[in-house]
Amino acid sequence: MLVSILHRMTGAALTFAGLAILVWWLMAIAGGADAYADFSKAAQHPIGLIVLIGLTWAFFQHLLSGVRHLVMDSGAGFELDTNKRFAVLTLAGSLFLTLLVWMPNLGAIR
Amino acid sequence: MSLGESATPLGKVEGLGSANHGGGHWLSERVSSAALLLLGAWLIASLLFLPSLDQATFAEWLAAPSGAVPMALLVITAFKHGLDGMKVVVDDYVHDEGNRFALNTLLLFLAIGGASLALFALGRIAFGGTA
Repeated sequence: MLVSILHRMTGAALTFAGLAILVWWLMAIAGGADAYADFSKAAQHPIGLIVLIGLTWAFFQHLLSGVRHLVMDSGAGFELDTNKRFAVLTLAGSLFLTLLVWMPNLGAIR
Repeated sequence: MSLGESATPLGKVEGLGSANHGGGHWLSERVSSAALLLLGAWLIASLLFLPSLDQATFAEWLAAPSGAVPMALLVITAFKHGLDGMKVVVDDYVHDEGNRFALNTLLLFLAIGGASLALFALGRIAFGGTA
């Protein structure tokens, strides 16, 4: 239940916030070093970092619960214990992958 | 009209209204999800392996075909998948047909506009503009 709702929420966050930031980032890169300074400043700001880390988590959570939905589309994984275990695994997996990506790279954005 | 169990499959669905190409949309959402699995993994792996996360490094990375082409595919697929997904949410929660059409149209314009901006930026990085 929770994982199913999270799939929609993370999907909406990735679509609106994620794609807006992707467009902003590409436009900033295209604008040259000076134009990029604004984006860079926002990305290094604590709030900007929280947004980027949050979107990374949303990406992994949406990816893993999306794979879960693909498996369920095939008709598999509807037994209660299997279904629940898979749902919990997506939560643990997204958290683990987010930490894996960000822990060594917190100060890497320039 | 009801013939119960004796009706043919066609007879059972006739008169229930248009299918509105729901099947094609359902499949498009899943095919684009598979593509995004690969392209998303590519993006994160690329960012992790770039020597530095600054403008010059990004520009050099995205000017080469090995960076520009997957990024263009990612942009197109992500906007398509996001649009497909938001349409499901709108269709689920917005019950007035007029509002639903208006919202879906607005989302379509936003998606095409956003994707075009991103592709323009990629073109500028790859083919050189003022930068």
